[in-house]
Amino acid sequence: MIHGVALMQHSSERPKWWWWVFVAALAAFFITMPFHLEIFVILEMSRFFGMAMLALSMGFLWGFSGILSFGQTAFFGLGGYGFTVLALNTGETTGSVFFAVALGAAGAGILGYFMIYGRISEIYLSVITLVFTLILEKGIRATSGDQYVIGKVRLNGQNGIPTVPQLDVPWNPSVQLDINWFFWVGAVLMILVYIGLRLILTTPFGRVLVGIRENERRTELLGYDARRYKLAAFMLAGGVAGLGGALYAISIPLAHPEMFSLGRAADVIMWVLVGGKGTLIGPIAGVFAIEHFKGWLGTQGVGQVTLVLGAVLILFVLVFHKGLLPSIGSLPGLWLDRAAIREQLAEFVQHHLTWRSGPPRRRRRQGGRP
Amino acid sequence: MSEVVREDAVILETRALEKRFGGVSAIAGVDFALRRGELRCLIGPNGAGKSTFFKMLTAQIRPSKGQVLFDGRDISRAHPHEISRLGIGIKNQVPDVYDGITVDENLWLAAHPRHGARAARAKVDDILDRLELRDIRWQLLGALAHGQRQWVEFGMVMALEPKIILLDEPTAGMSIEETNRTAALIREVNRTTTIVVVEHDMQFIRQIADIVTVFHQGRILAEDTMARIQANQAVREVYLGTSGLA
Ligand SMILES: Nc1ncnc2c1ncn2[C@@H]1O[C@H](COP(=O)(O)OP(=O)(O)O)[C@@H](O)[C@H]1O
Ligand SMILES: [Mg+2]
Repeated sequence: MIHGVALMQHSSERPKWWWWVFVAALAAFFITMPFHLEIFVILEMSRFFGMAMLALSMGFLWGFSGILSFGQTAFFGLGGYGFTVLALNTGETTGSVFFAVALGAAGAGILGYFMIYGRISEIYLSVITLVFTLILEKGIRATSGDQYVIGKVRLNGQNGIPTVPQLDVPWNPSVQLDINWFFWVGAVLMILVYIGLRLILTTPFGRVLVGIRENERRTELLGYDARRYKLAAFMLAGGVAGLGGALYAISIPLAHPEMFSLGRAADVIMWVLVGGKGTLIGPIAGVFAIEHFKGWLGTQGVGQVTLVLGAVLILFVLVFHKGLLPSIGSLPGLWLDRAAIREQLAEFVQHHLTWRSGPPRRRRRQGGRP
Repeated sequence: MSEVVREDAVILETRALEKRFGGVSAIAGVDFALRRGELRCLIGPNGAGKSTFFKMLTAQIRPSKGQVLFDGRDISRAHPHEISRLGIGIKNQVPDVYDGITVDENLWLAAHPRHGARAARAKVDDILDRLELRDIRWQLLGALAHGQRQWVEFGMVMALEPKIILLDEPTAGMSIEETNRTAALIREVNRTTTIVVVEHDMQFIRQIADIVTVFHQGRILAEDTMARIQANQAVREVYLGTSGLA
């Protein structure tokens, strides 16, 4: 294993000054974008903020409480539909955004309660979350009939609801945010969620979550009811995904069953794995890198986008175990640790590239017996 | 066992305790009582059932039959998180710590439920001093030597300030010097806390033992002072050739 030391800090510590500088630079980077980028780029990037929150919701759960939920898209979709349906009924958007957060958290609360208090195993939790989002997708797709109406809004089945209202100014609801303002709101919300999650890790709650990730039984023996903490984390992530869903639906603008789909759920895994699990900035970077890359592949006329992405994912899982950002973050440490790299490379070659001799581990074990 | 124990003096007790794994009776009917303030050693050859008994005392596994009473209350079906809240501190045979976080964070997680967020900091400092772990405070636990990890875990148990501490083979894998320090520490902690130690190492048991309970094939074979245990013929036979008890 390679341990990058130079830029590491422990998640339970208060962020150092340079972290705040980084966050400020990131904010400045986004806030200045509308001044020098074309409107269609701004429009495209507006979609990424909602996705980034979806990625953060999975990255936080997986990286810091050890809960591997493949179905964060369920709460993403609930947020998108919740916002759309309420805003269309009431004509008011600010409260509807809060409602989307609450709906995501509540959905996660109900599902999480049965999974976590039912003490199902980790792998079943992953499967059930995925099945849950697929069931919701199927359910929503089946609502094309006229009878599926909430208030005055038709759910519209396969086609989704295309009339998602744009956000308006909270203190002056008669004025709608324009494209630039929506971009800024999305960027600021994403950064606030990022800061919030990062600071949560420094609280007792966050520390206990990391304890549960490290060793759940030990944490219980120390007197923590791990179930309560896990449920709270699951609901928090559900709320973040719900917020992401609302922003995403507004940015398209469309509330669509795709939000719950298997393809979307797979995207989330990509973002987090490529960006780097075990960090919070990784999932965000994963969204921007991959979605941008996808767009670029499209313009290059590459037909097999999915295939190329699959190859990228495999490359990352095999070579950069920790994902893009942690790997970059440990570069300074790596330079000091060149021997470890050589070792790692040799190990990699031995494990994955010596075809004829087969996987070395198995051969060794069989070799013991005549 | 000749001694009559007054009820209120008993902190931990088992009644007709049994545990079967499939067809194997790991524990086959054990009546056991521990007085407040005692330092009790549980010994016995490998497979005698010590760890199984230990896990039932600490509600980590459920008995097939019988009761475990802590302060007169049956805890055999308690939740793991309730155990430490009752005042029971546990160190299992296999080191059970957080490898991915620092020594400081490990101790803090142990101190927090009992002392609250603020006082936990002071407690961590206190433990770091008592166990002389200050130098490795910010190191990841996974990077430490086996003996040091055992000590950190011991510190975590101390941070709970439990009424009773149960240790399963606390010196496994330790150097002689570390073992001696552990023995001294156990005696010191015993001034305020009841302690149960499961051990293999006879040398170590001689250093700390008060009353010794010998397990054999899931039952209590003998229970007495160390001197008398060493003279006990049945015990000698069980141990013959395996460890230099005499
Ligand atoms: N989880 C288990 N499943 C099946 N058998 C077990 C299990 N744990 C212990 N045993 C058996 O119970 C007996 C007692 O084991 P243990 O309590 O670990 O002994 P000791 O700690 O004294 O060495 C052994 O025969 C062991 O094989
Ligand atoms: Mg044992």
